[in-house]
Amino acid sequence: MRIAKLHALGVSIVTSAWSSQACAVAWDLREGVTDMSRRIQALHHMSFTVCVIVGIVVFGAMFYSIFAHRRSRRQEPAHFHENSRLEAIWTLIPFLILVGMAIPATSALMEIEDNSDADLTVLITASQWKWHYQYVEAGFGYYSHIATPRGQIDNKERKGEHYLLEADQPLVLPTDKKVRFLTTARDVIHSWWVPDFGVKQDAVPGYINEAWTRVDKPGVYRGQCAELCGKDHAFMPIVVEVRRAADFDRWLAGQRQARALASQAAIAARNKQWTMAELLPLGEQVYLKHCATCHQADGVGQQGKYPALAGSSIVTGPIESHLNRVMNGKADTEMQAWAPQLSDVDLAAVITYERNSWGNDTGVVVQPLTVYSAR
Amino acid sequence: MSETPRYYVPHSSVWPIVGSVALFLTAFGAASLIHQSTAKVAGEAHFGFAAPVFYTGLAVLALMMFGWFGTVIRESLQGLVSRQLDRSYRMGMLWFIVSEVMFFAAFFGALFYARMISVPWLAGAGGKLETHLILWPDFADTWPLFMTPGGTASEAMQAWGLPFINTVILVTSSGTITFAHWALKRNHRFGLKLWLGVTIALGICFLTLQAIEYSHAWRELGLSLGSGIYGSTFFMLTGFHGSHVTLGVIMMTIMMLRVLRGHFTPENHFAFEATSWYWHFVDVIWLFLFTFVYWF
Amino acid sequence: MHAHSATAEHPPKSGLRAFVARWVLTTNHKEIGTLYLWLSFTLFFIAGAMAMVIRVELFQPGLQLTEPNFYNQMVTLHGLIMVFGAVMPAFVGLANWMIPIMIGAPDMALPRINNFSFWVLPFAFAMLLSSLFMEGGAPNFGWTFYAPLSTTFGPPSTDFFIFGVHLMGVSSVLGAINIIVTILNLRAPGMTLMKMPLFVWTWLITAFLLIMVMPVLAAAVTMMLTDRHFGTSFFAASGGGDPVMFQHIFWFFGHPEVYIMILPGFGIASQIIPTFARKPLFGYRSMVYATAAIAFLSFIVWGHHMFATGMPLAAQLMFMYATMLIAVPTGVKVFNWVATMWRGSMTFETPMLFALGFVMMFTIGGFSGLMLALVPADFQYQDTFFVVAHFHYVLYPGAIFGTMAAVYYWLPKWTGHMYDERLGKIHFWSAAIAVNLTFFPMHFSGLAGMPRRVVDYSLQFADFNRISSIGAVLLGLTQLLFLYIVIKTIRGGAKASDQVWEGAQGLEWTIPSPAPLHTFQTPPDLASVEQANGLRT
Ligand code: HEA
Ligand code: HEA
Ligand code: CUA
Ligand SMILES: [Cu+2]
Repeated sequence: MRIAKLHALGVSIVTSAWSSQACAVAWDLREGVTDMSRRIQALHHMSFTVCVIVGIVVFGAMFYSIFAHRRSRRQEPAHFHENSRLEAIWTLIPFLILVGMAIPATSALMEIEDNSDADLTVLITASQWKWHYQYVEAGFGYYSHIATPRGQIDNKERKGEHYLLEADQPLVLPTDKKVRFLTTARDVIHSWWVPDFGVKQDAVPGYINEAWTRVDKPGVYRGQCAELCGKDHAFMPIVVEVRRAADFDRWLAGQRQARALASQAAIAARNKQWTMAELLPLGEQVYLKHCATCHQADGVGQQGKYPALAGSSIVTGPIESHLNRVMNGKADTEMQAWAPQLSDVDLAAVITYERNSWGNDTGVVVQPLTVYSAR
Repeated sequence: MSETPRYYVPHSSVWPIVGSVALFLTAFGAASLIHQSTAKVAGEAHFGFAAPVFYTGLAVLALMMFGWFGTVIRESLQGLVSRQLDRSYRMGMLWFIVSEVMFFAAFFGALFYARMISVPWLAGAGGKLETHLILWPDFADTWPLFMTPGGTASEAMQAWGLPFINTVILVTSSGTITFAHWALKRNHRFGLKLWLGVTIALGICFLTLQAIEYSHAWRELGLSLGSGIYGSTFFMLTGFHGSHVTLGVIMMTIMMLRVLRGHFTPENHFAFEATSWYWHFVDVIWLFLFTFVYWF
Repeated sequence: MHAHSATAEHPPKSGLRAFVARWVLTTNHKEIGTLYLWLSFTLFFIAGAMAMVIRVELFQPGLQLTEPNFYNQMVTLHGLIMVFGAVMPAFVGLANWMIPIMIGAPDMALPRINNFSFWVLPFAFAMLLSSLFMEGGAPNFGWTFYAPLSTTFGPPSTDFFIFGVHLMGVSSVLGAINIIVTILNLRAPGMTLMKMPLFVWTWLITAFLLIMVMPVLAAAVTMMLTDRHFGTSFFAASGGGDPVMFQHIFWFFGHPEVYIMILPGFGIASQIIPTFARKPLFGYRSMVYATAAIAFLSFIVWGHHMFATGMPLAAQLMFMYATMLIAVPTGVKVFNWVATMWRGSMTFETPMLFALGFVMMFTIGGFSGLMLALVPADFQYQDTFFVVAHFHYVLYPGAIFGTMAAVYYWLPKWTGHMYDERLGKIHFWSAAIAVNLTFFPMHFSGLAGMPRRVVDYSLQFADFNRISSIGAVLLGLTQLLFLYIVIKTIRGGAKASDQVWEGAQGLEWTIPSPAPLHTFQTPPDLASVEQANGLRT
């Protein structure tokens, strides 16, 4: 690894030199915050250095020849066209170099693939275009969506520091514990990737893949979905908040309470009679967060791809079919079942909003209770 | 066979472009047909042209075949076919068969993948325990697949009924076409007609039994393309094989017509030989099918 | 590229009918070769224009001119058309033009099939492009069309894409059969296999790869079709299938495919470098064996595209080792080229410049490929712009530079005119600079963690992307220069000698420039064939 170290040094010098200018630019693979991410970076430096060296040799010879063996310098070309010993050598040496590269790669890979005896298991379920994190032992979970406002993406507002890499609810993990990830998906293939952990695992619908990590620095780490998964593939960030173990346990306990309270509150809210005035603003929020990406903020949808809701027969028609479509979705399309994802109030609100916006004036107010009984 | 020293190079021909247009119409028609019959987005009635285009395509394709092969036959009758050109035709046919083999190989690959990898994995084997426990807890690894993870049930095909008879039929037919070939080489026109006829008959028997087999699978066993990976691989493999048998029978029928017209000499009968190669290929594929789809 | 119009067989006719008769009905390998080359160039521009859209969108963070779905369509069509429409037809066109001449054959073995394989293509791509105007838009699932994004979730136009791919398959397989048969059966007496020019050798092996893998691609899209419409469940877990199985089938085709896109390039470099080094090719035999070894290995490395899909450890290791091994035969080739230049007497006309650029930048792409092969590292690279950088280095300065080198090398033989050397050099240098400006920064944006196939990206990738976009536009303009040079050369220019290049060896230089429509109708006398492959002993 000696060369690797040297190289790393070189790289870091260049990096710092550049970042001293206004913009901080990374030239190198992330070092990351796990033992594995560092091993991977070392592997990267090693293979890169090998390539540079081989490159120097090959291109060196080439350019020397280009310079020294030009017509203007050598009138008469030599005529040799074979040399078994030479050819044997340059078949053998690369082979040995490759063996040398394969050994550390193999040992690292074997460790990566060892998912045994984890302290904590998180089931990661991807769907278009959000993540769901389930704490298997603790028995609760939640969705995590992109939090970047639409306006920034459309260049209407100034872009924030973590543009596209911010989520409404991060995944929370403890430090110094072996965390096992189970990845799967509901619709298409996604890929859960956090560069700083050195973890990338495809989430394949109908199958569960395993990966693991052990983070040693608390902090917030950001990644993205790394497999083309349709329209909003670019807008599927991953944010992981790593806390010290004690801190994490406190958070876990807090979550349990919060959820207990929340469910009571939900029941209360469900049994309450809601007015249009109360539902519309809430509905608009929900709509913009979940629905607008396809059906558009003004409900006109997208020619041939996503139906318009303004004046749609379902939205303006009988309430049952509207409930059914929103709650159970449309099979094999991006229109997914929202019942498992949204609360009764949210559903009632967004459906009311759809039925009373963009010229849809049904005047209907959908009560959370109706939604509840439709579940 | 004439020993023309020059390699015959036709000057120009309409048939290729006719063929391309036909192929395009067929493909475009087929796509539109499927598209229209299973319209995924609302309001797609404007695909009325689909069927006409598709069938026109097929018709022109047939026309092209007649025209093209007609030309080739005329050339060979004119003695333009040097030994070298004949070798080109043979090599061409062999490499074409190789590509056909690879096409089937892909479907066999799918079959083996399902049997050895995906189905066991769904049942928790090979480090995919969680897949089984969390996603498909009540799925059991059986082959044939009686119950899919999604819960579609079906029964399995039996090997030793019709399939075995079909095997016998095809193996025999492989022999009979060889007899026909020998007869042709010895210039026994009668033997040629007889054995070629028998082979065609056997081919038709095979297809008939296959049809019966399918209706049995469909009706009694509730087995269809929709019944999971077993049904998928079963019907796709046997189906494509069946279509190749059909093609083989058609080719042999054409050969028969040409024989009756008095075509082919003991030395010069590439078309006939190509047909027999094709038939052997179809036969070998079936042996694999019988072994891996029906038997084991 | 058709100055051989006025010849004995073809008195210069005029009018549309004559034109159609000539270009649509032709069975002549040179005319068909020309057709292939022009089709490829046209599609190269179309796909390139799409690349321009991509680069403009990625010029800065935020949504610029495309809406995400359209961006995905651009990426998909760009990849598909570049691979199947630009690179492959270009190489087939060169094969059509040169192989019969190089082996002393009167024409391709099956001239009518030859015409057929070409004329299927325009229709295939018309069908593919028509999907842009369909309800729901063009395919938007990447050129690798992974299930289930392409099956259950694919847009309606996917069916037209599927049949389009079928047509391309038919064309490629028939074309490959034609080339194999021509090489195996039509070589002039005395032109033994080990005396064939390397371009012919590499094409023989490429054609073999094509015949082996195109049918597999056809099978893959067929399974897609039945999964979409006939209830099969090849790629659906609920039926016992597996989405990842699609990737196995696709990459069993896909990896050999990438060598299909480079082997003829190797052949071209092996023709050009000896010519301008005025020195026989070094290690002819090892070149042949290396090509064969690469072809063989290409069948057992497909898993290196799938390291993150959850393959068993053993499989990952196997694929990693096999993939790394490819560096050895490829290295042999690179070293042989350098050794060919060594102690030669080199001049640097445009073809040589492109050939050298090819060797150097392909090697750089190869290096990044090797880095990608190390599984743990690939977990960090996979589906980032590092991969995009890798394959553009092997494909643009690789496949495309190879083709351009070949065009400059043989254009005088085709048209009878010398191209404008000054403009040629300008073209090379501007292209070489632009290519690196475009694709080198992608290594860094990839390492920094920018995923591929994203319409928008976070701020820290902005600088590199801006550079890439600027480079891309320059690169686009250099292509326009190339177009201008080619047309200028066809129109006129200094008369080219039969030999054209002082150091050139081989049968193609023994016939007049421009090459008459029909050559070697009676096999050439190969008493001097020792020269024919540069083996001056
Ligand atoms: C012309 C096309 C071409 C060629 C020739 C190659 C050549 C190689 N490719 Fe590449 N590759 C692609 C086209 C190509 N590739 C494409 C299109 C993709 C992306 C597909 C997609 O996902 O869309 C891809 C993706 C790809 C991946 C998957 C990345 C990912 O998605 O995670 C990998 C991983 O192993 C890989 C590896 C290699 C290797 C090892 C070679 C080797 O053949 C390179 C060998 C050459 C050298 C190594 C240089 C010369 C050798 C020497 C000088 C000898 C001495 C050198 C040493 C000992 C270091 N390629
Ligand atoms: C041989 C293959 C080949 C070639 C030559 C190219 C050439 C180029 N490619 Fe691409 N590319 C691929 C094969 C190729 N590509 C593949 C397989 C993918 C993966 C797709 C996928 O992910 O599914 C890809 C993906 C890809 C991406 C990644 C997109 C993403 O992941 O989000 C990008 C981004 O910059 C890109 C850029 C370019 C550029 C700038 C060029 C330039 O070299 C192009 C040069 C420009 C021209 C040739 C145009 C010249 C003409 C004009 C400028 C005039 C304009 C004309 C009109 C306006 C009518 N390509
Ligand atoms: Cu989810 Cu990409
Ligand atoms: Cu590959």
